[in-house]
Amino acid sequence: MDRAIAIQVSRLTKAYDKHTAVSDLSFEVYAGEIFGLLGPNGAGKSTTLRTLITLLTPTSGTASILGHDTVREADVVRRLIGYVPQERAIDRFLTGREHLELLGALYHLSKAEAAKRIAELLKLVELEEAADRAAKTYSGGMKRKLDIACGLLPDPKILFLDEPTLGLDVQSRLRIWDYVRMLKERGMTIVMTTNYLDEADQLCDRLAIIDKGSIKALGSPVELKIGLGGDIVSLTLKDPGKIPTLVSALTKQPAMRAVKATATGLDIRVESPEKALPAILESANRLDCQLEFIEYHRPRLDDVFIAHTGRSMKDELPKEHVE
Amino acid sequence: MSEYWQEISALTMRWVRRLSREKFSMLFTLVQPMLFWLIFFGNLFQRAADMQITQAPNYISFLAAGVVVMTVLNNGLAGGVDLLFDKENGFLERLMTTPIHRSSVILSRFIFVMTITSLQVLVILGVSFLFGVEPATGLLGIATILMIGMLFGVGLTAISMAMAFSVKSHGDFFSVLGFLSLPMIFLSSALVPLSAMPMWMGVLARFNPMTWAIDAVRPLILSGWTEALPHVGMVVIVMVIFDALCLYGSAKVFRRAMG
Repeated sequence: MDRAIAIQVSRLTKAYDKHTAVSDLSFEVYAGEIFGLLGPNGAGKSTTLRTLITLLTPTSGTASILGHDTVREADVVRRLIGYVPQERAIDRFLTGREHLELLGALYHLSKAEAAKRIAELLKLVELEEAADRAAKTYSGGMKRKLDIACGLLPDPKILFLDEPTLGLDVQSRLRIWDYVRMLKERGMTIVMTTNYLDEADQLCDRLAIIDKGSIKALGSPVELKIGLGGDIVSLTLKDPGKIPTLVSALTKQPAMRAVKATATGLDIRVESPEKALPAILESANRLDCQLEFIEYHRPRLDDVFIAHTGRSMKDELPKEHVE
Repeated sequence: MSEYWQEISALTMRWVRRLSREKFSMLFTLVQPMLFWLIFFGNLFQRAADMQITQAPNYISFLAAGVVVMTVLNNGLAGGVDLLFDKENGFLERLMTTPIHRSSVILSRFIFVMTITSLQVLVILGVSFLFGVEPATGLLGIATILMIGMLFGVGLTAISMAMAFSVKSHGDFFSVLGFLSLPMIFLSSALVPLSAMPMWMGVLARFNPMTWAIDAVRPLILSGWTEALPHVGMVVIVMVIFDALCLYGSAKVFRRAMG
């Protein structure tokens, strides 16, 4: 591919006293795409993102934004990027407009230029009416919109979003997704972290699955799913004691690409369901394994995640939902 | 240069806005030292304090210098609090991703704290005046008092900001603050002259920069220039050393925290 490269990360490692947050990470982000960093809490997504936006200095390796090194040319990089932090980084005593005016001054815009941009942004994120109210009166979704307006104020070439929809209700989430797609259409490059599989699936052109500080898989959601090879048949057995018997019976058969035991049954990756399903049912009958439930589906991003990390993303999620 | 100024003034304005939106907090910040120390404590000890020892016409006039410097102490030590909140809610990170001089944030804080402190010192001197305390050295003396306050305040604010960047939680910050503030006051000449202190406290108080500041401010209020000048000269030297130490120590922390 000869697409223009917006971000180049090579052999990036960030270690703290006791643990290594990311190790030997290399990837590229192309200009104009939405690139996702997907992984559970503590996987190293935020560390990676914060290195790209010049907040962290890598222990070794480099990252460059549009050809500028994030350490040596931090000041140039800061002029090219916008950042929407994970926390609601809002000063509750300031109004929405005052937030944007403050940032206008920090990006050294003239008063007139700032006023023009602020008016546009407030309109874009539909905060015109609330613009002169203190931010403490804003709802979670409104704060998020203000966050995004703040990130867009410098008119960045690349926008970084850290968990953009964490803790938002469904409607606000969809709204934010719309903004992100619209920004992409305007030609902006977008890098986001997320631990929502559906968000990564729906929004990202390409994504890197990160776990325990390294990239486990990288590609478009479709590529990643196809890469797994084959569709998935999940069985739930009435008697979990029979799982090993059935696993060993099925493993030898040609129609099965991979057979894996789960807590309650089996996950079987199959080339074509037409051939595999009768064979599976025949074996189950022959071995007297009664089926509680049978499910057949195309690979989902969660399957990709499981295949590459050995565990499900969903296991990690609950505590994140609490706000 | 004009970019630098644009950053600093925008950031300073933010601190001013925050304070003006927190009306109650502003009221208490301004009123507390006057109410608690000057008016209550000053009048309470009016007859209990021995004029022979305080060497002042009354206790309030003795205490005024102490309250002035206490205000500088408390404002300085609390000077990092807003940065602590910014650090905790991610606002600081947002600021740090903008193309500003890293020092703008720190400088805006110094400017803000110094301005508020100076205003408070003026109010305290005004209230003292209502209780009959007339500064012996006049307007120039008041200007000198403000200068001493700023010299002391710079070092304190630097310590406070460095602490805000270093602590793990804001509980830690406020514990240290509470732990530092009162001993600093008791182990100084704010409430009682050194000569009237138990020996060991007097010795400790001599190592407290606050004592030096008070010993210069007090003659500016009570006696006059001849008495005050040597103390003023001394406090400038002490404070320059104090500030140099504080700024040197905190600069390291700032650089680590802000990249």
